[in-house]
Amino acid sequence: MESCPSIKNILLLDSEGKRVAVKYYSDDWPTNTAKETFEKAVFTKTQKTNARTEAEVAMFENCIIVYKFVQDLHFFVTGGEDENELILATVLQGFFDAVGLLLRGNADKKEALENLDLILLCLDEIVDGGIILETDANVIAGKVASNSLDAGASLSEQTISQALATAREHLTRSLLK
Amino acid sequence: MVYLMIKELSPSADEVIIVTSSLMKDMNSKTDMYRANAIRVLCRITDGTLLTQIERYLKQAIVDKNPVVASAALVSGIHLLQTNPEIVKRWSNEVQEAVQSRAALVQFHALALLHQIRQNDRLAVSKLVTSLTRGTVRSPLAQCLLIRYTSQVIRESGSTQTGDRPFYDFLEGCLRHKAEMVIFEAARAITELNGVTSRELTPAITVLQLFLSSSKPVLRFAAVRTLNKVAMTHPMAVTNCNIDMESLISDQNRSIATLAITTLLKTGNESSVDRLMKQITNFMSDIADEFKIVVVEAIRSLCLKFPLKYRSLMNFLSNILREEGGFEYKKAIVDSIVILIRDIPDAKESGLLHLCEFIEDCEFTYLSTQILHFLGIEGPKTSDPSKYIRYIYNRVHLENATVRASAVSTLAKFGALVDSLKPRIFVLLRRCLFDSDDEVRDRATLYINTLGGDGSVVETDKDVKDFLFGSLDLPLVNLETSLKTYEPSEEPFDINSVPKEIKSQPLAEKKAPGKKPTGLGAPPAAPISTVDAYEKLLSSIPEFANFGKLFKSSAPVELTEAETEYSVNAVKHIFDSNVVFQYNCTNTIPDQLLENVTVIVDSSEAEELAEVLSKPIRSLPYDTPGQTFVAFEKPEGVPAVGKFSNMLKFIVKEVDPTTGETEDDGVEDEYQLEDLEVVAADYMLKVGVSNFRNAWESMGDDFERVDEYGLGPRESLAEAVSAVINLLGMQPCEGTEAVPNNSRSHTCLLSGVYIGNVRVLARISFGVDGPKDVAMKLAVRSEDEGVSDAIHEIVASG
Repeated sequence: MESCPSIKNILLLDSEGKRVAVKYYSDDWPTNTAKETFEKAVFTKTQKTNARTEAEVAMFENCIIVYKFVQDLHFFVTGGEDENELILATVLQGFFDAVGLLLRGNADKKEALENLDLILLCLDEIVDGGIILETDANVIAGKVASNSLDAGASLSEQTISQALATAREHLTRSLLK
Repeated sequence: MVYLMIKELSPSADEVIIVTSSLMKDMNSKTDMYRANAIRVLCRITDGTLLTQIERYLKQAIVDKNPVVASAALVSGIHLLQTNPEIVKRWSNEVQEAVQSRAALVQFHALALLHQIRQNDRLAVSKLVTSLTRGTVRSPLAQCLLIRYTSQVIRESGSTQTGDRPFYDFLEGCLRHKAEMVIFEAARAITELNGVTSRELTPAITVLQLFLSSSKPVLRFAAVRTLNKVAMTHPMAVTNCNIDMESLISDQNRSIATLAITTLLKTGNESSVDRLMKQITNFMSDIADEFKIVVVEAIRSLCLKFPLKYRSLMNFLSNILREEGGFEYKKAIVDSIVILIRDIPDAKESGLLHLCEFIEDCEFTYLSTQILHFLGIEGPKTSDPSKYIRYIYNRVHLENATVRASAVSTLAKFGALVDSLKPRIFVLLRRCLFDSDDEVRDRATLYINTLGGDGSVVETDKDVKDFLFGSLDLPLVNLETSLKTYEPSEEPFDINSVPKEIKSQPLAEKKAPGKKPTGLGAPPAAPISTVDAYEKLLSSIPEFANFGKLFKSSAPVELTEAETEYSVNAVKHIFDSNVVFQYNCTNTIPDQLLENVTVIVDSSEAEELAEVLSKPIRSLPYDTPGQTFVAFEKPEGVPAVGKFSNMLKFIVKEVDPTTGETEDDGVEDEYQLEDLEVVAADYMLKVGVSNFRNAWESMGDDFERVDEYGLGPRESLAEAVSAVINLLGMQPCEGTEAVPNNSRSHTCLLSGVYIGNVRVLARISFGVDGPKDVAMKLAVRSEDEGVSDAIHEIVASG
């Protein structure tokens, strides 16, 4: 009952309320239709609020939902009624920042869909069966990156391309100054 | 990614040996990420046997240096605890080590797992808490967990109100932690301690007050919600925060604003009520309907708390009633006004006037009729009822038929209860006779005629008043079913025959002719009413009338399997010298009608019982239960036992399902039922005594008989105990039917009333002899020696 803080679900919806990536950890919504109804209801309720700078919170159907928006992605974390809202907020922040890191700063729907595997891995690394595994965004992103090692590109190659990119950036900036 | 796939599909372990073996290999691979994920996946799909194989690896993983691996193993352990607790409990040493680990999250997970393992052991939990509160806790999540466990320990350590509670200082210290979630968790825990004093609350409330003015909505929300809960029990403590909360009323997040308002309404005092009302009026237009309902209810409780302020609150309510709003919202407001009128007598006049103004413009018929009805009850009691007549009469002209009918009734009520107004009411009612709607005209006619339509100021007859305006005592459901089953005949419908209790059956029973329409039938609702019901049923059958008083009726015994064509269950009724079997039969074939249904009972195996008569069911159509009876005679006072085989015999006629007509000639048929047994327990009524000891002493040992029996090998002590209880059919007293686990002996106290109205008490001691043998010593005391002997007979032969 009062034991481990547990998460009921994590949702990533687009700007129209359709799913990008979702993961449910509780049996409160047994069928797919129940889940979709919930997502739609949550979306309509929070549509009008502005949750871009700070995480917002709402109570709905006996759960607490903490949410944040960026560009055209909407992040939601749901917990039970008696859950500590700040714990939920930390999880949300971890998820949010990790996704930002993984999508290399372009957190919008197109990038998310192209890197869906990274996002799903990210979800998996944050919460396992409702229990919080990790809340530090850097650690999460690191785990996901190392997990998704393809046969080809290794970590070192990625960093080389990143180094080239940053060098290019610096060059352009210095030229413009 | 592969790991994700496997987890999603999560097959059972015996299907995928290959997957599991490769996963096991992965668990020992060099890359730690693979190890961690492999552990998590494996634990998701494993079952008990596989688990023992990998247990060794899991134990190693828990104390692994890499925190990722350790966390993975620990979290899997938490999940596995649900299904295989014994195995996980063996890891407690390793988990204990992990609690001391340096990695923050490993400590968190280890703490969670350890607590789950030791949950039932209060001492262990409190030791755990003590050691950690003194040690170092590295992650804020672990700190939160610790706070929760601490409050659990405090709660369980009972109400030793000597000074400070044990861990209160720790909680207070947490209020100054770095991480906000810890501070909040500690504040919340303090506020949720039971019996907390204001002094203890103060630091927590101060902290929450700081949160109220934070920039993060989540903090504000959390703080307001907790303060709202506190305000319900300690409103004084929260008053310091009122100023901050007032600024929150205009918060962007509407949930926060509503919570702030409701809290203020709970903690407000009389002087601030006016100020609050002003602020709320501006606020109400912004928020959604569901929040508005919450606010309305809070206002209602506020008004009941400060009855002197009713004027301003009533004005507020009537103002918002005038504005736009949904049905639920307006209904809530109307209900609040009604409650206020009822509880605060001074508010009645103004309240009724407000309601009248509302119905002039109300778009919801339901609400209008409610208000008119309420006006009819309260209006005549006021000092000047004629004020309201104008409003009511306007309804008669302007609204739809339902409202008009309701208005006519209200007018009549005024006329009936206030004699001075009668002549004027009659004038109005007469005008209603020309209404276009039937119901309105009918009502007007009824009232004019019954209230004495000669226009004179005369005291209306009390009976007439009751007839017109008294409430109908009967539940409408029963009235409806009785009316449906009433067949037009010479006898008029008798309203007294409508049963007053609501039955759990949804079917409208076709009662067989010749029985009283206080219907009965299939499974009874409560045991007490069942006995009465059976008694009534049996006494209504003339042949059974001279059997005397019913001693006991057993529960229905199914004699057919489910889903067969005819479903029959039997109830055994025991009288002093007779036994009656009642067979409840249901025909589940739609195109058959059964007639002359009887049960042929073969009682050759029961020597002492002789069949006396049998009462058939004349007609049994589809899906309506009917009862047939077979009565036996037995020697008086003797508990005759035996087995009876039953056969259902009837004439079956085909029914055309479309027209419902039956053929004229039918075919005789038989249907075998299962056997019915009458056992000694049927002769024993379960009657408990509250103080067994007293009853035992007062019974005296004149007719006591003690004997020992070996019950042979039994599955468990509990099973032996319940078998003996069932055999004797007596009531266990003082909870002695529950056998604690792993006990080697048990004493059971039973009491009952035997046939012939003899009280019997039994004390049985059970002992486990050897590996599985159970022996018992039975001591029986009763008012009759024969009965004590009989009880022993039952046990000896059972």
